[in-house]
Amino acid sequence: MARTAVIPRPKLAVEYWLLTYRRNWKGSILTSFLSPVLFLAAMGLGLGSLVDAEVGSGRDLGGLDYLDFLAPGLLAGNAMMLAVNESTYPVLGGFKWYRTYVAMASSPLRGRDILLGHFTYMAFRVTLASFVFLGVMAAFGAVSSPLAVLAPICAALCGMAFATPTAAFVATRINADNFSTYTRFVVMPMFLFSGIFYPVSQLPIVLEQIAWLTPVWHGVRLCRALSTGSGMEWELIGHLAYLVALILIGTLIASRTFTRRLYE
Amino acid sequence: MSLIAAWGLSKQFGDFTAVDGIDFEVERGEVFGFLGPNGAGKSSTMRMIGCVSDPSGGALRILGMDPSREGTNIRSRLGVVPQQDNLDEELSVAENLYVYGRYFDLPRSVLRTRIAELLDFVQLSERASDHVEPLSGGMKRRLTIARALISEPEVLLLDEPTTGLDPQARHVVWERLWTLKRQGVTQVLTTHYMDEAEQLCDRLVVMDRGKIVAEGSPRQLIERYSTREVVELRAHDQVSVLTDALRRLGERSDGYSGDPLYERVEELPDRVLLYTDHGERMVAQLGEVKPESVLVRRSTLEDVFLHLTGRTLVD
Repeated sequence: MARTAVIPRPKLAVEYWLLTYRRNWKGSILTSFLSPVLFLAAMGLGLGSLVDAEVGSGRDLGGLDYLDFLAPGLLAGNAMMLAVNESTYPVLGGFKWYRTYVAMASSPLRGRDILLGHFTYMAFRVTLASFVFLGVMAAFGAVSSPLAVLAPICAALCGMAFATPTAAFVATRINADNFSTYTRFVVMPMFLFSGIFYPVSQLPIVLEQIAWLTPVWHGVRLCRALSTGSGMEWELIGHLAYLVALILIGTLIASRTFTRRLYE
Repeated sequence: MSLIAAWGLSKQFGDFTAVDGIDFEVERGEVFGFLGPNGAGKSSTMRMIGCVSDPSGGALRILGMDPSREGTNIRSRLGVVPQQDNLDEELSVAENLYVYGRYFDLPRSVLRTRIAELLDFVQLSERASDHVEPLSGGMKRRLTIARALISEPEVLLLDEPTTGLDPQARHVVWERLWTLKRQGVTQVLTTHYMDEAEQLCDRLVVMDRGKIVAEGSPRQLIERYSTREVVELRAHDQVSVLTDALRRLGERSDGYSGDPLYERVEELPDRVLLYTDHGERMVAQLGEVKPESVLVRRSTLEDVFLHLTGRTLVD
């Protein structure tokens, strides 16, 4: 009986995910690099030249070139997309296909260690991809403030505000039937209508008010303010608080749904 | 004190009672088995012992602790071989052991030596840096056993350890489990194979529909619930005709000791079983009764189960 009890820590679960990441980090970095290059070239430069010629750097875009307006928005939107990917199939797989969580559950790790381990890894992935994105933005000349180095952190928060409730929901699913519906009818509309491509003030007032409730709108506002260095200090804190609150709520619910599924 | 003890243990899933008030004790160093058909409640019991499922009723003590309050501490001292493999197929053989050992917070230096020893023990040293995916079913199961041993557990839990393996792979697994038994590792296993239960278990309980219907060593169970030998008579179409003829024959004695020719008749879809202590004498008395084939064999746990429940274990 001289053995001391193991102190379970989410860190121990993170190590698993980092070990799998070591196997595919090259492909993952390449994707993180190519996606912003394609988007910024096609929409920022291609569409942007048209927008700038027609609209000019008008007050609707807050006096910004279209590329400067779009790039930080895409940074947040890209983080959201990546986080949704990471919190749907890999989470169901942990319960069902690869049974990674099931293996962890038979060890001293608890439900919350297992999910915090995976969430930490997701945050790491999204943060890394967002820094790569920022690098591409800089190469396109779409960064105008040193504060922009903080934008990837905010983008990651925006991503995790999606990932945590999504994972909580996925833990209650038997199969992946609803995932494409979720991506098509929840995530995609947010990507299109939350101020990434144009200010939400262009929308009918009802849609604009809905957009204010979406985490991605808050993420977009944060990233844009940091990337362009254009004011709105108090608003920034509100956006941050909103995202952090969503992450906390998502994590609390996930802690319940994970524990129920693993230790029924 | 028993390593594991249960009193009136039960598990409900909604209206369904998977485990219905069972009592058992597992002592240090023994191999204890739950034998029963699929759906008997063996895996549900195993999940409760493994502290991944809360009991719905009764009491359970594992290593002197209450699983609903000290699940984490108990799990740190158990090794679990699940029914469904959950190895990481994209990681290498050694990495699977490493990462699982880290869940127990074992230091890297300790893991390095233990991984080498365990791979040697399960005869997978040469595959250490290979991916898991192309390994055979038997190799994967041996790797899962090695993984369960990485934390030097006090109890090894094996849920259907050889289900799905070919006969040769089964024997390799059994042989490893015997070695562990000689080293004094307490093992708790479930199985629906009577030969596995006979080969491995010091003591076992027979489960059926959530209840324990018998308990003892394999030999005790056979002595208590069956005869020494069994005569199997095959008759594809006319089993009931054969049974009737045998019943009439049974009214006579065996001509040696004055005992009845056999103790019991069991009719199965394709054959009739006669329970007797003297198989060959029984066969000599068949006379007019002409089955398609006759076989005399020793009683097994299968016969015990058939007697206790009226059904066969594997169908």
